[in-house]
Amino acid sequence: MRLSAPAKITLRVFAFLVMAAIYLPLLLVIANSFNATTSGAFPIQEFTTKWWVAAMHNEGVREALWTSIKVASVATAISLVLGSMVAFALSRYEFFGKNTVNLLVVLPIALPGIVTGVALNNTFKTVLEPLGIGLGLFSVIVGHATFSIVMVFNNVQARMGRMNRGLEEAAMDMGANVFKTFFQVTFPGFRSAFIAGGLLAFALSFDEIVVTTFTAAPGTETLPIWIFNNMSRPNQAPVVNVIAAVLILASMIPVYLSQRLTGDDKK
Amino acid sequence: MTLLQTPPDSAAPPVHSTATRRSLTDVVSRVLYVRPKLRVTALLLLPMLWLGVLYIGSLALLFITAFWTTDSFTSKVIPAFTLENFAEILTQPAYQATALRTIGIALAVTLVCMSLALPLGLYMAKVASPRMRAVLAIGITLPLWAGYLVKVFSWRITFSAGGPLDWLLAPLGMTGPGYGTAALIITLSYLWFPYMAVPVYSAFRQIPDNLLDASSDLGARSWATVRTVAIPLLKPAFIAGSIFTFSLSLGDYIAAQFVGGKTQVIGTVIASNINLNPPLAAAFGIVPILVVVLYLFLARKTGALKAL
Repeated sequence: MRLSAPAKITLRVFAFLVMAAIYLPLLLVIANSFNATTSGAFPIQEFTTKWWVAAMHNEGVREALWTSIKVASVATAISLVLGSMVAFALSRYEFFGKNTVNLLVVLPIALPGIVTGVALNNTFKTVLEPLGIGLGLFSVIVGHATFSIVMVFNNVQARMGRMNRGLEEAAMDMGANVFKTFFQVTFPGFRSAFIAGGLLAFALSFDEIVVTTFTAAPGTETLPIWIFNNMSRPNQAPVVNVIAAVLILASMIPVYLSQRLTGDDKK
Repeated sequence: MTLLQTPPDSAAPPVHSTATRRSLTDVVSRVLYVRPKLRVTALLLLPMLWLGVLYIGSLALLFITAFWTTDSFTSKVIPAFTLENFAEILTQPAYQATALRTIGIALAVTLVCMSLALPLGLYMAKVASPRMRAVLAIGITLPLWAGYLVKVFSWRITFSAGGPLDWLLAPLGMTGPGYGTAALIITLSYLWFPYMAVPVYSAFRQIPDNLLDASSDLGARSWATVRTVAIPLLKPAFIAGSIFTFSLSLGDYIAAQFVGGKTQVIGTVIASNINLNPPLAAAFGIVPILVVVLYLFLARKTGALKAL
């Protein structure tokens, strides 16, 4: 496309401004975590690392972090199993209601999170609580797994479509049974997509707040819930700053890992 | 199902496996092997119990609960059919205003994201060097993982009174918008921008250069080319992106709570009623479902979903 020189410059400046708008607020949080004053006044007058020390010794944060890790791990495990099963069924078989099954998997992320949250909250309170399963850690895991399934499903299904099924046929011809074929031939074929999907599911669960607020009992506090509860408390603001800064830096890990995983597959 | 229609005769078990294991797994394997329907059923049983029974069951129960009522003293749900909740939502001006305001905010967010994604996509796909393009492509997707609350928090700091934005605008004799609807729209646009930018950019890359060149050859200026050639070709990408920006904005209430000031959205009403009056919260929860379903239906009518 032949653009005039001024048009090109305008576009370049525009792209630069968008990038600045994306990253400046995040850098601001990191800078602010070293701000000595608690008022959050700007610009920063004096730098300190005392909030980082305070955050490290914060009991509530550590407990919430542990809860988040537990929830995300179990939710990821569930979504890995269920997501792969659906992906397998949809990419290998023709059956009645296939489109409906596909829609069912995608629906939990197509509908706003608040809908999933309210619906599960309602079910737990009216149906499951009388049966002895009230809101708590379990209900949070159920909520997270429900919308994480699609992450695994998307990744695994995309890979299965491209896999060489002749290999499985060969394994069976050579006498391997269905299970052996799956674990020694099929699974290694989609392992990296499986892990990438799991990472996305974990990251999604770790970050989730809307569904969590509706499915958690008052005592259940994941890290996002802890941040949510402390964000408006002025005396906790510096610690929230530090946690936010840590999360920004930690978010690079899953991105890096999934980039590498999907990058490897292309070779 | 074309695969493996005849069971192999040489289904001999591995030599090293024990006799009992061989008999059990091989028998199960053989049964599964000759009955593909059984295999599909086995694969779908657990996922369908979870998504079909638990999730869809919950949505159905939510719909039913919306017709129930609450004892105003004990906050206990009374399962008796009533249209009271829907009547309240439809007749109370405050609820109507909240629903319309939320839809308006979601549309505004979608428009902001579109108008930012168009020039950015143009620059990335048709002007930037391959290296710059790669940097920007990673640059727009990376913040997706920075954490929802962290991003809301960063804008809460930005818009705070005496905060960075006020400081930046002070030399110009201006102040930032402060917490309110404008801040909410900006924050939500920031949160969901990658969902719009990525499809628009990849659609831009798929437009052949010579199509745009032909437009220039025929005398169209840059903007005319963008408007008459690029935008129609980008329509499916815009619609695909808008489903996310719209639906996610519609359901959000956390950002509204932290940067929205006094702005009430559908989510805040649901959240404040969930414990006191669950049936009303359920009835209000039906609103975003209906709006999203209507939106998806309209998007489908344009044919954009098929192009995904």
